Amino acid sequence: MATTSPLQPVPPRHSRLTHTQQERFLAWALIAPAFLVVFALIFAPIVRAFWMSLHVIDLKRPALGQPFVGAGNYLDILQDATFWASVGRTAYFMVVSISLEVVLGVAVALLLNQHFKGRGLLRALVLIPWALPITIDAIMWKWIYNPTYGALNSLLYQMGVITSYRTWLSDPVSAMHMVIIADVWKTTPLVILLTLAALQTIPPALYEAARVDGANAWRSFWSVTLPLLRPVLTIILVIRTMDAFKVFDIIYIMTSGGPSDGTKVIAYYTYLEAFSFLRQGRGAALAWLMTLFIGMMAFLYIRLVNRETEY
Amino acid sequence: MRRLLPQVGLYAAALLVAAIILAPPIWLFISSISSSAELLSVPVHWIPEAPTFERYVQVITATGGESAANFRRSLLNSLAVALLVTTICITVGALAAYSFARMSFAGHGNLIYVLLLSYTLPPIMLVIPLFRVMGDLGLTNTIQGLVIIYASLIMPFAIWILRSYFQTIPADLEDAAMIDGCTRLQALARVILPISAPGIVATALFCFLASWEEFLIALIFTSSPAAKTIPVAIAEFTGRHAIDYGMMATGGVIAALPPIAIALVFQRYLISGLSSGAVKG
Repeated sequence: MATTSPLQPVPPRHSRLTHTQQERFLAWALIAPAFLVVFALIFAPIVRAFWMSLHVIDLKRPALGQPFVGAGNYLDILQDATFWASVGRTAYFMVVSISLEVVLGVAVALLLNQHFKGRGLLRALVLIPWALPITIDAIMWKWIYNPTYGALNSLLYQMGVITSYRTWLSDPVSAMHMVIIADVWKTTPLVILLTLAALQTIPPALYEAARVDGANAWRSFWSVTLPLLRPVLTIILVIRTMDAFKVFDIIYIMTSGGPSDGTKVIAYYTYLEAFSFLRQGRGAALAWLMTLFIGMMAFLYIRLVNRETEY
Repeated sequence: MRRLLPQVGLYAAALLVAAIILAPPIWLFISSISSSAELLSVPVHWIPEAPTFERYVQVITATGGESAANFRRSLLNSLAVALLVTTICITVGALAAYSFARMSFAGHGNLIYVLLLSYTLPPIMLVIPLFRVMGDLGLTNTIQGLVIIYASLIMPFAIWILRSYFQTIPADLEDAAMIDGCTRLQALARVILPISAPGIVATALFCFLASWEEFLIALIFTSSPAAKTIPVAIAEFTGRHAIDYGMMATGGVIAALPPIAIALVFQRYLISGLSSGAVKG
C-alpha cells in the first residue's frame, strides 16, 4: 500500500488484502480524520468536564485546593433554589417562544403556500431574520426597546397605544417577554421554511377529495393538512426545544440575566458560575445537567426521525 | 365580491408579514445613516434629514477612531475563521460522509449518531474544560484556536447533511465507474462529488453561517482585537456606558450583510439543505 497512492487503482493480484478487508480499512480510514478532530475537541473535553464536576474547583479561592467531592456539586445544585428558578425561567422561555413560533410559523407557511403575486419575494424576505446572526438580532431589538431613544416607545406613543414611555427591559416580567419577541422574530422563519417544504409535498388531490366530501377550508386544515404536517412539526418541536434550552447569546446581550435575575436562564446561570464566580467544578456539573437533558431530547429526535423514514 | 374579499385578505396578510419582517432591520439601517444628534432626538426621527454613510466609510477604511478600526479587524477575523472552518468541514466531512453513506460495516454506521450527539451539546460544556487547555497550548486569543473548536463542533452537522445528499445518488453510478477501473476514491472524486455539488454548496453555506454567528466560545476564548470576531465586538459595544448607537447600528448592518446576501443568493440550496438535513435525516 505504501508505494501505491490511494488514487491509483490497485491491481487485485498484487494486493495482500482481500477486497472486503480493503473496503473495511478504507471505510474506517475515511472517517478517521473527522473522528480524531471530534474526539480531541468534543469527547475528551466532555469527559474532562465530568471529572471536573466531581471536584470543588474555585479559581477565586486557590487555597482550597481542588478536593474531590463526588456527587457533591450535583447534590448542591439540585437543592439550590436559584438553580430551580433558572430552570423555571428556561422552561417558561421555551414554552412561550416555541408555541408562538409554531403557531405563527404554520400560519405564515399556509399563507406562502397560496397563490398570489409577490409570493416569491415574500418567501425570500423570510430568509432575512433566519440568516441574521442572533447577536445582531439582539442588539437590534435592544436598540428598538431603548427606553429613551427607542423606536418602540416612539411608535406606540405616536399611535396612542401608550401614554408615557416604558422601560421595557427594566422590569423582570416585561424583560422576559421582550427577549421572547426578539427570539420569535428571529426563529419563526425556520419554522416557516420547514413547514412550507412539507406543505409542498402534500398532493393537491387530497384537498380535492376533502372538498368533494363537503369540507370547508377550516375543516380540511384540521383533517388533511395538520395530520400530514405532524412529522415535520414533531421534528421542529424537538430541534427548537434543544435550542431554546441552550438560549444564551440573546440573554447575554439584551439583559445580562437581569433585571433582578428575571431572565437568568440555565445557560446564563452556568456561564456566571463558571466564568464570573469562577466556580468551575460547579459550572461543569451544571453543564453536565444541561447536556443530560439535551441528550434525552436528541435521543428522542433520532428515534422520531428513524420512525418517520421507515413507514 | 365573494372572490375578491379573500384575495384582499391574502394581500393584507402578506403585507403585514412583510412589514413585520422588514421593519426592524430597516430601522437598524436607518439608525446607521442618521446623524448622532438625530439618533438622540425624542420623539424618534423616522426619516433622517441628512443621511450619511460616513460611519460605513470609517469602518471600511478603519479611520475615525478606535471602534471603527476594531469593527474592521473583527470583520476580517470573522471572515478568516468562517472560511477556514468551512474548508476543513467540507474536505474532512465529505470523506466521512461518503464512508457513512456507502460503506457500512458493523458498528461503523452507528458512529454517525455518536457524532450527531456532539452537535446537541451546549457550547458551555466545551468551554469550561477547554479553558485551561487552550491557555496551556497558547491557543487562547488566536484565530487558530477558534477554528479548531468550531470545526469540530460543526463537522458532525456537515457530515450529516453531506451523507444524506450522497445517499440520494444511485450507487449504480459508482459501480459503473469502478467496473471501468476506478478505485472508490476516484469514483468519489469524479462521480459523486460533481453530482452532489448543490449539496456541497449548501453544506458549505451552513458551515459558514454557523461559524459567522457563533458567540459564546468566541466570547470566552478571545480577549483582544487580534482575535475577536464580529459578534463579540458587537456585544462588547452594547455593554459600554456611553454607547455610540450609530456605530453600533453600522457594525450590526455590516455584520448582517454577508449572511443575508448568502441566504438570498443561495435560497434554493439552503432550503433544500434545510429539508434534507434537518427533516429527512
